[in-house]
Amino acid sequence: MHALLPVLLLSLAAGNALAWRLAGNMAMESRVFFQQPLDASQYGADYSVSMEPEFSHQWDDDRQSLVFRPFARLDRHDDERSHWDIRELQWVYAGDGWEARLGVGRIYWGVTEAVHLVDIINQTDLVENIDGEQKLGQPMVKLSLEEDWGTLDFFLLPGFRERTFPGEEGRLRSHSRVEQDLVEYESSAGQRHVDYALRWSHYIGEWDMGLAWFQGTGRDPLFRPGFTRKGELVLAPFYEQTSQASVDLQATLGEWLWKLEAIYRNGLEEDYYAFTGGFEYTRIGILDTAADLGVIAELVMDERGDQAATAFNHDVFLGLRWTANDAQSLTVLAGAVVDWENGSTLLNLEASRRFGQAYLFSVQLRSWLHIDPEDLQYIFRQDDYLQVELARYF
Amino acid sequence: MTKLLIMLLVALPGFNASAQTQEEKGLTIALEVDRRDSGWGDFQAQMGMLLRNRHGEESLRQMRVKSLETADDGDKSLIVFDEPKDVKGTALLTFSHKVKDDDQWLYLPALKRVKRIASRNKSGPFMGSEFAFEDLASQEVEKYTYQYIRDDELDGKPVFINERYPASKYSGYTRQLVWVDQKEYIPLKVEYYDRKNALLKTLIFKSYRQYLDRYWRADEMFMENHQTGKSTLLTWKDYRFGTGLKDSDFTRNSLKRMR
Repeated sequence: MHALLPVLLLSLAAGNALAWRLAGNMAMESRVFFQQPLDASQYGADYSVSMEPEFSHQWDDDRQSLVFRPFARLDRHDDERSHWDIRELQWVYAGDGWEARLGVGRIYWGVTEAVHLVDIINQTDLVENIDGEQKLGQPMVKLSLEEDWGTLDFFLLPGFRERTFPGEEGRLRSHSRVEQDLVEYESSAGQRHVDYALRWSHYIGEWDMGLAWFQGTGRDPLFRPGFTRKGELVLAPFYEQTSQASVDLQATLGEWLWKLEAIYRNGLEEDYYAFTGGFEYTRIGILDTAADLGVIAELVMDERGDQAATAFNHDVFLGLRWTANDAQSLTVLAGAVVDWENGSTLLNLEASRRFGQAYLFSVQLRSWLHIDPEDLQYIFRQDDYLQVELARYF
Repeated sequence: MTKLLIMLLVALPGFNASAQTQEEKGLTIALEVDRRDSGWGDFQAQMGMLLRNRHGEESLRQMRVKSLETADDGDKSLIVFDEPKDVKGTALLTFSHKVKDDDQWLYLPALKRVKRIASRNKSGPFMGSEFAFEDLASQEVEKYTYQYIRDDELDGKPVFINERYPASKYSGYTRQLVWVDQKEYIPLKVEYYDRKNALLKTLIFKSYRQYLDRYWRADEMFMENHQTGKSTLLTWKDYRFGTGLKDSDFTRNSLKRMR
């Protein structure tokens, strides 16, 4: 990353500025919480602005490219949610049948919709969204080989990123809150531990598949009680060394998508497996309209059961996806994640629509029902919220 | 190829035209259309779509298209979106097939996620336009059965009117009528009939231009939906043939490199 900055600045300075492409967005967001917070210091309504421009430059017959994608959010109440990150700062070289990437980037692995088990390269930017789909940029060296028998990706991951957590005034947090200053690592190298990963992916006819191995600092922290200097009881994140083997599989059979993700993870205290899988069935052109209606059903199982470090340990996700296929690209995803042992239920509604050529309006509504005190989502029981966002793309 | 030769020998006018059924003549026309448009190798172009609803409200799409001809199978294509801005960088990779459903992957740049998608290449609308995925897909001969209807004239040009019936059960149409230019064997007009066999859409090809002294491409394709009053004007710009595209430019990894 430090090596790339001078390159970036040099090429900007060299008068290549005209050849840079600009993309990305800026957005205004508001969150309204319907219930009294558990802690009086937490806010009830919040506003924030964010910006994520992308500068990219391609040369050498598009074989080489440089991408720079910073991100920043300014939040009215939560100091921890006001943050910035380099999502991407990457040099890419595309050979014939191979590709090298150097710098900070984002890698996505997996096929399922509700829970993303195998996706492990990047750390979650949790303050952005509790769905875990927003990620921090990860420094990496990546080499890909594309062969007849599939694609092999090698990753060297120097530099660990800590998960972000809401601050004292923030909602959607634990009580006590997480204090990142008290972070501890199993490895004496701490944040400088170099992780590695290997992935093979391929497709044969209707089947898309991937096998992966990860070795290094686990992305999901464990928590230990601790005290700040002021004597406040907080949770201190602890990152253990872990290895993870994973498989992801999708069969695309006409209107049916069948999906499976499974991991086997080895940590400090125990080894365990977890899997998620199910289907998405889509009817195209329902009721003689242009719209599609999809039904999604996925199970999530974690071998640790009630001891799992995730709320989604014996849960089922049921959802409906409605795609209008209109000029404004209106889509609605409505669903529920239900724990079939303790009945804890998360209701989730997401919708978005374009205005004009460059504005996207999106809404998220989340509500927790019958949350069992033993369920890890118990911390969200007073946090039902509506989020609206208007983003301007460029 | 052998099949093509046999068909041509059996069917060429003057050999034994009298013995040819309407179905055989329909297939012969389709094979000749396909033969004359074979061998182009690869191309890159800019594609624009102007969507208009019945109230006259307009919406614009801009995308870049790369396509690679594949000898024994359907073509490979890669489409990258530039407009609307919120889908900029979204890319669609299609491996079309002669008979079985096309393979399709969609790249979502916000999540860096490549998603294999269902056989949407059939009746679903493409980007909210009046073009369905199947209208834009590689037009392989095997995707339809045919029946020649009659000779006619369109804007003073002699044409064959050929009817074709989609083979896929996912198609949104019972049949299509194609006006084929008798001299150049290129489509000038297509009428699409929905599953209830009612006239749904009309496609008009305008401003044909010849590339590499051989391959005809229309600058404009105007699709009008008679049932909704909506229309889409598809425009092609900056056609470049023989740009040296290879199979390795059409992989799931290459999708992620598109900007």
